[in-house]
Amino acid sequence: MSDLTLNGIPVVDTFAEAFDVAGTAIVVTNDTPKWAMIAATVMTGFATSVIGCGAEAGIDAELSPEETPDGRPGVRILLFGFEPNGLKDQLLKRVGQCILTCPGTACYAGVEGPTKIKLGGAIRYFGDGFAIAKRVTDAEGKARRYWRIPVMDGEFLCEDSVRAVDGAVGGGNLLFLGRTHAETLKVAEIAVEAAKSVPGAILPFPGGIVRSGSKVGGRTKGMMASTNDAYCPTLKGRAASALPPECGVVLEIVIDALTSKAVAESMRAGLHAATEAGAAHGLLAVTAGNYGGNLGRHHYHLRDLLSKASA
Amino acid sequence: MSVLTLRGAPPERLDLNGITPLALSLLSEAEAARLPVGTSRRGLTLGDCFAIRLDGSADLVIEGGHERLDRVGGGLSEGTIRVEGDVGQRLGEAMAGGELTVSGSAGPFAATAATGGRITIKGDAGEAAGGAIYAAKAGLDGATLVIEGEAGERLGDRMRRGLILANRAGRLTGARMIAGTIAALSVGDHPGYGMRRGTLLLGAHGTLTPTFVETGHHDLVYLRLLARSLSRLSPAHAELARRPLKRYSGDLATLAKGEIWAAA
Repeated sequence: MSDLTLNGIPVVDTFAEAFDVAGTAIVVTNDTPKWAMIAATVMTGFATSVIGCGAEAGIDAELSPEETPDGRPGVRILLFGFEPNGLKDQLLKRVGQCILTCPGTACYAGVEGPTKIKLGGAIRYFGDGFAIAKRVTDAEGKARRYWRIPVMDGEFLCEDSVRAVDGAVGGGNLLFLGRTHAETLKVAEIAVEAAKSVPGAILPFPGGIVRSGSKVGGRTKGMMASTNDAYCPTLKGRAASALPPECGVVLEIVIDALTSKAVAESMRAGLHAATEAGAAHGLLAVTAGNYGGNLGRHHYHLRDLLSKASA
Repeated sequence: MSVLTLRGAPPERLDLNGITPLALSLLSEAEAARLPVGTSRRGLTLGDCFAIRLDGSADLVIEGGHERLDRVGGGLSEGTIRVEGDVGQRLGEAMAGGELTVSGSAGPFAATAATGGRITIKGDAGEAAGGAIYAAKAGLDGATLVIEGEAGERLGDRMRRGLILANRAGRLTGARMIAGTIAALSVGDHPGYGMRRGTLLLGAHGTLTPTFVETGHHDLVYLRLLARSLSRLSPAHAELARRPLKRYSGDLATLAKGEIWAAA
């Protein structure tokens, strides 16, 4: 199958194909880590694929009180969309419906970047004219503008605008070919933990793992994407199948990040963690998904990720 | 650093607007000496009143202050000016950036129309510090004004944005405020009279205008941000923001989007 191996596990000499996306980050704080996480979890729900959900989102990191603007526990959320306008629309909807509504939350910009997205300045209209804008200097001495919107537990404080970055990438991926569902899921879980430990990278699918890998288009007219039949074990034996006979399960992890480097490092971490645990869990091989290299300009060759650190 | 040394008590009020490190860095000492600063038909120049020593740096020291030195630091956009002594009215008028420090006291209307930078008065400030001059629409407009001594009446009168810190202030602090923030450990009667928006953070205060309504005690995130911001300027004011506070909303006679946070 492949001349490449890592920790004794075959690695297919192929590449993951990923795309330029619009990306932003926000920081959500609350009085307790529990409620910060509740807000973040709700906001990042139904955000697995930008095609069907409008955005891809995930929790990047839990923040200590020392790391947040208001000294409360927080969570950093990453949100990605096809383009800045779509990202803005999703950001407003999700902050408006999930963060504004959650008791005790406040919302801040989580990244610097060239594109301004009005956030608090748009949500303030919920305040029906009673919202107050305040300019406050942050820890670095930079003046930041916030909106204080009266709500029933006091105020929802939200930064006037957040920033979208240049260079965000969506669609880094790894596919794990295994023997049984339980064992392959364990390998994928281990890979997810390693991959999401890279700052600025998220894995938007359930638990970071997707079973319904897709190809572009389909036999049904109008389908943008359809099942990745080459990696479906029940379709083994057909000419297009890419699976060896002993493969019974394929699971994929998908990675979005604020930078291309973070995608590569996240894939590297996932690849190494999966192959280290792979022998004990029946991992047959690791590969990656691409569309022939013609759709996305970011190609992450697994060959380049075999070393522990980037060159 | 460049140094202007006052030769003696000025015979008339002097207007030092535009005498900034940047402006002086473009001039020779002889050219600087010919800058007009007088306000009468006497035609006083900078050289008549000050001994001038320039080195083109971004730091200017004015040695020997006097209450007749008006508009010191007016129009400052970058660099620093340090005055060793007192100054007259309109300190730092329309200043846009940089730092301006006065070791003594300042006359009325300090920091009026200042849009950026920081102005520090080690002594006292006259009336309407950060306030609007006559016929002006707004007073302080984005800068930070720190008064380590006592401010006079109408501190921040019609200020539009920015931050004022004072140790003590007279009556009518924050009167007719358009927006912005004032923090003072003690103020006189009727703080926030006629304020439309803005925030007053007060330790002790005199009689409140009856058109302010108490909304109770609130643990708001904004106060945390404010405390963190103030801690860079004055630990005492930051501590005040962390104390139990009672909130008043007003002035109900106007827009009523202002607030007074008073130590409980």
